[in-house]
Amino acid sequence: MASPNDDTKETAMSHTPPPGAEADGGDLDLSLMKKKKKKVKKDDDDAAEEAPAPADGEEAIDLTMKKKKKKKVVKEEDEFAKKLEALKLEGKEGEEGAAGGAAAAPAELSEQDGDMEKGTGIWQHDEVKTITYEPLLSRFFALLAQKNPDHATSGTRSYKIPPPQCLREGNKKTIFANIAEICKRMKRTDEHVTSYLFAELGTTGSVDGSRRLVIKGKFQQKQIENVLRTYIIEYVTCKTCRSPNTELSKGENRLYFITCNSCGSRRSVQAIKTGFSAQVGKRRKMQG
Amino acid sequence: MSIENLKSYDPFAEADDDSGQTKQTQEYIHIRIQQRNGRKTLTTVQGIPAKFDHKKILKVVKKDFACNGTIISDTESKGMGEVIQLQGDQRLKIKEFLTNKEEGLGLDEKTIKVHGF
Repeated sequence: MASPNDDTKETAMSHTPPPGAEADGGDLDLSLMKKKKKKVKKDDDDAAEEAPAPADGEEAIDLTMKKKKKKKVVKEEDEFAKKLEALKLEGKEGEEGAAGGAAAAPAELSEQDGDMEKGTGIWQHDEVKTITYEPLLSRFFALLAQKNPDHATSGTRSYKIPPPQCLREGNKKTIFANIAEICKRMKRTDEHVTSYLFAELGTTGSVDGSRRLVIKGKFQQKQIENVLRTYIIEYVTCKTCRSPNTELSKGENRLYFITCNSCGSRRSVQAIKTGFSAQVGKRRKMQG
Repeated sequence: MSIENLKSYDPFAEADDDSGQTKQTQEYIHIRIQQRNGRKTLTTVQGIPAKFDHKKILKVVKKDFACNGTIISDTESKGMGEVIQLQGDQRLKIKEFLTNKEEGLGLDEKTIKVHGF
């Protein structure tokens, strides 16, 4: 709050009218200012608090609204999981193409029924009814898997890397033991993976004598695994054909490119940025 | 007609505006996490558009999440812009806040990148 001393000082510095009155004026002004400020802030707070209130009212009336909201939240949280699942599923789909496609087709054919393999219903040879897109699509995949079993199995093998082995060194360090093996499997350099790990985890670390990575901070295997997953999504899998058979190369002017070995597509990827990292732990004395 | 059409907007000005907008949308909001001593963590939010009042955001967020936090100024963060730093793992909550249209900022989810484990 405005201490009277400050006011008198200010007035003495700036003007020289009767101190008492001026101090009062200053006080008043300041208090007004502060009140105003407070009011503004309060309004903001009120607005923030009022906003949920009517929403709550609506929710009380409309239960459906609430449900929708909740679903949204869940969606956002699981977004990453879904991305991964999508990646995996697309891998599996081909695998189960023969089985899954055939199984899915009758389920979706509520209107357009008929057995594809037996050639009944809409699949009859002289049937004129137009077949909708989805059954046609499932038919395509089912046939593809039927005729080319090799193709289906080769394209579907889900991408697997050995699970990261995490050991605890002392209390504050984590050793990521099999990074060399994982990097070899992903065909990426250790440095690239390491810098990504450090950037994502917001820490630093070093490589020890037997090429193991020492990370500062406590990390569980699960957490490292999550970061590796994001790394694979971003820097290993081909965005066009989702094959992990890719190569990372430094193209012209400091850009990194991913070249896919199975479909030949080439795309640039973002360089790894550390971004802001806060001061953690003790400050150096001279740096201030 | 065609001349009028040409007059109706300045193609170069529009292009400039467009590029500015795409730049803005391409700049991500980064939500990061950092480990501190023990089980403690910090959450940093970098790149909230300047049109929002960071102080007010922090004020609301601190109350909502029941955590403390600060704004790290541009000079302190070494040119990375103003960064909101919160105590604890607030990544999901702050993301929800940034994307919420009614109570939050209503930003597009695509512009937000959540880092960390």
